[in-house]
Amino acid sequence: MMKKILFLFLILLVVAGSVFAGGKKEAAKEKAEFLVWNQAEPQSLDWHQIEGVPEHRIYYSLGEGLVTSDPDTAEPLPGVAESWDVDSSGLIYTFHLRKTTWSDGVPITAKTFVDSWLRVLNPETAAPYAWFPADVIAGAAAYNSGEAGPESVKIKAVDDSTFQVELVGAMPAIVSAFSHYAFAIVPTHAIAKNPDSWTQPENYVGNGPFVLESWEPQDKLTVVPNDKYWDKKTVKLDRIVYIPTDDDNVGFNMYLNGEVDWAPEVPLAQLESVKLMDDYVVAPYLGVYYYIFQVEKEPVNDVRVRKALSMGLDRDTLVKKVTGAGETAAYSMVPPMAGYKPTPGVKGTIDDAKKLLAEAGYPGGKGFPEIEILYNTSDRHLKIAEFVQEQWEKNLGIKCTLVNQEWKTYLDTRKQGEFMVARAGWIADYPDPSTFLEMFGSGKAMNGGKYSNKIFDENMEAAARMAPGPERFAKLRKAEDVFITEDHGVMPIYHYVSQSMIDTNKWGGWYPNAMDWHPTKFIYKK
Amino acid sequence: MTRYIIRRFLGLFPTLLIIITISFFIIRIAPGGPFDSEKTLPKQIMENIEKKYHLDEPLLKQYARYMISVMRGDLGPSYRYKDQDVNYYIGKSLPNSLILGSIAMTISLVLGILAGMISALRQNTWVDYLVMSVAIIGITIPLFVIGPVLVYIFAMKLGWLPTSGWFTGRYGWVTLIMPVITLSADKFAYIARLSRASILEILRSDYIRTARAKGLKNSTILFKHVLKGGLLPVVSYLGPAFSAVLTGSIVVETVFRVPGLGKFFVQSALNRDYTLILGTVIVYSVILIIMNFVVDIIYAYLDPRISYK
Repeated sequence: MMKKILFLFLILLVVAGSVFAGGKKEAAKEKAEFLVWNQAEPQSLDWHQIEGVPEHRIYYSLGEGLVTSDPDTAEPLPGVAESWDVDSSGLIYTFHLRKTTWSDGVPITAKTFVDSWLRVLNPETAAPYAWFPADVIAGAAAYNSGEAGPESVKIKAVDDSTFQVELVGAMPAIVSAFSHYAFAIVPTHAIAKNPDSWTQPENYVGNGPFVLESWEPQDKLTVVPNDKYWDKKTVKLDRIVYIPTDDDNVGFNMYLNGEVDWAPEVPLAQLESVKLMDDYVVAPYLGVYYYIFQVEKEPVNDVRVRKALSMGLDRDTLVKKVTGAGETAAYSMVPPMAGYKPTPGVKGTIDDAKKLLAEAGYPGGKGFPEIEILYNTSDRHLKIAEFVQEQWEKNLGIKCTLVNQEWKTYLDTRKQGEFMVARAGWIADYPDPSTFLEMFGSGKAMNGGKYSNKIFDENMEAAARMAPGPERFAKLRKAEDVFITEDHGVMPIYHYVSQSMIDTNKWGGWYPNAMDWHPTKFIYKK
Repeated sequence: MTRYIIRRFLGLFPTLLIIITISFFIIRIAPGGPFDSEKTLPKQIMENIEKKYHLDEPLLKQYARYMISVMRGDLGPSYRYKDQDVNYYIGKSLPNSLILGSIAMTISLVLGILAGMISALRQNTWVDYLVMSVAIIGITIPLFVIGPVLVYIFAMKLGWLPTSGWFTGRYGWVTLIMPVITLSADKFAYIARLSRASILEILRSDYIRTARAKGLKNSTILFKHVLKGGLLPVVSYLGPAFSAVLTGSIVVETVFRVPGLGKFFVQSALNRDYTLILGTVIVYSVILIIMNFVVDIIYAYLDPRISYK
């Protein structure tokens, strides 16, 4: 008897639950709620403290700088700045700001920009992305490193609605870069009032198309339209819910089960079945997957060995059979972009590879020390490494061991240069070739492979001080030629695609684009 | 007894001190730091950040600073989640873990004892075999398998339940069903087996025979005499069961997106978020120590043969 009652009770629970759940879901949908699987729990809503993609997605809702970006092309669109112009040197940009306010009604003026940009650069703020403004604004690096005071930074409020910034060098994509959160404005008046809790919903002040409604750590973050937003007529969604989970299977299941409307990632194991679905959206993405050589370690200190290894890898099969999402085989570090033709890179047959290897003193792979491939824990990196291992053994007679390390350990090993070959990936911060090359300058913090070449450095430095145009691209191209085609300092493997799951028949204003930037103000329910 | 309680209570502090100290230094041995990322930060910016969090100081000084702040009840700032401190995140997430854990414990206790009792009273019938087979399954299948299998069946295939989430969200309390089942499966099974065995033993004992001979009602014998003795092994299992609920909930919280402490525990370790790791370690240790302590006291109460000096 007892058991029967219990059994009935359990059935009741489940049935009631599913009815309840279904009913609630439909009611919510009528209100144009957009649910996003946002991968990780946001680190912060203080734009000067963030560095990740999940936070960037939220920034598009809660913040806005001088410009925002076009959802289709990722080109800059007016934000707080209505228009802008640049002087003949290409170095001084003047932004004309619109009359607008924070969500609490306090006006946003040119001084807001000066205060905010000085805050991100202030060494005491310890902003992880301060390097970005420090790299491009004249005098900013000196202030950020504590060598000079804030007065050295070449930004100024000409009047309430005119903001001027002087650059270190001409950068073609600079206006687009200003849409990045590293150039965000923050409500200094609200921060002064609640220095430790201004990002909590009850104190939150923002200037984006949405304002913060609630934030439950590891559960969800919700935003609702901002009444004070200058372009509020464009904003169509009633609410956006950002749901965090680091586990891509858990996140992806939410999408498959209709619990979120947008999944920004597809687990590799599910790809084959997902590719057949209508709501799978794939687009070229400005990013490159590559293997770094530690150029001081034998045997990869020999350029012939590096080239042989590169020729010994069949990238076409790799992108077709292993990654399989439409990635393109890469021989250059820089993906193709408007006006820039990337370096041809190292291409050759297996015989060419064997010949190079023989010249380097390893005929048929004989005497070649075992190579270690370092990668961080991930299904994708493992599968790629296994493929490379098999290829090098089959094509060149070289044995490899795979070294798997957990993320932070891997980063540390890579930074210290304690590896032979290590996987890496790079996503453009702004659409310009320099973002892919800069970090390989001699002695740069990110240059774990210890690559160093004076010609590369000189060309990069020259390009940094040149006006946009074909001549500047020629310098960058020369740098890439030296780095990839001649020295083969790293081995490019493929250029990324972005993969999303979203039903574009239901949701408008969301487009795939090369930066994978998706400003939420344009998203609407069809 | 009171003296024993006081002594045990005071013993909590040196234990904690040792745990904190060992953890503090062990996590610093792990390669990488809280601010390492794919984009290696320029040296200057890294120095700014380390200075802000006093990570540039000698390790012993950092340790002293941390211990003083812990004694004041302040677990410090989180290095990863920068908007709030560790106290805030623990305050937000611990209640959720405790809610899930308590429901799972209550259900495993009630159903486990019930199943054990039925099994014992119907020994060697099909009911007994059925209950014990279920119990074996519960013990042998790990929860990181049970969880995803439940999701696959009840959410993905049947569509009865949402895949994950928490009861404060849009789907309400039904989100609790799968995490509770996953978390209680093995506890239920253990308790059922334990209570079955001990009830069987007691049923054969002399004093029960006496009770029957006296003509007492079956239900009186069962509830007044059999259960009290029969539950002793279950009580001693409560301590380990509770720690299993806590550690198990780390997996369950990830699979079902429960915004609990376990999630922070795992992520803080991966992120090298030193203060958040230590904070969660302290909370877990305190809970475990207190639970063991409570179990000892209950045991003393239930079993008059035990005395504490």
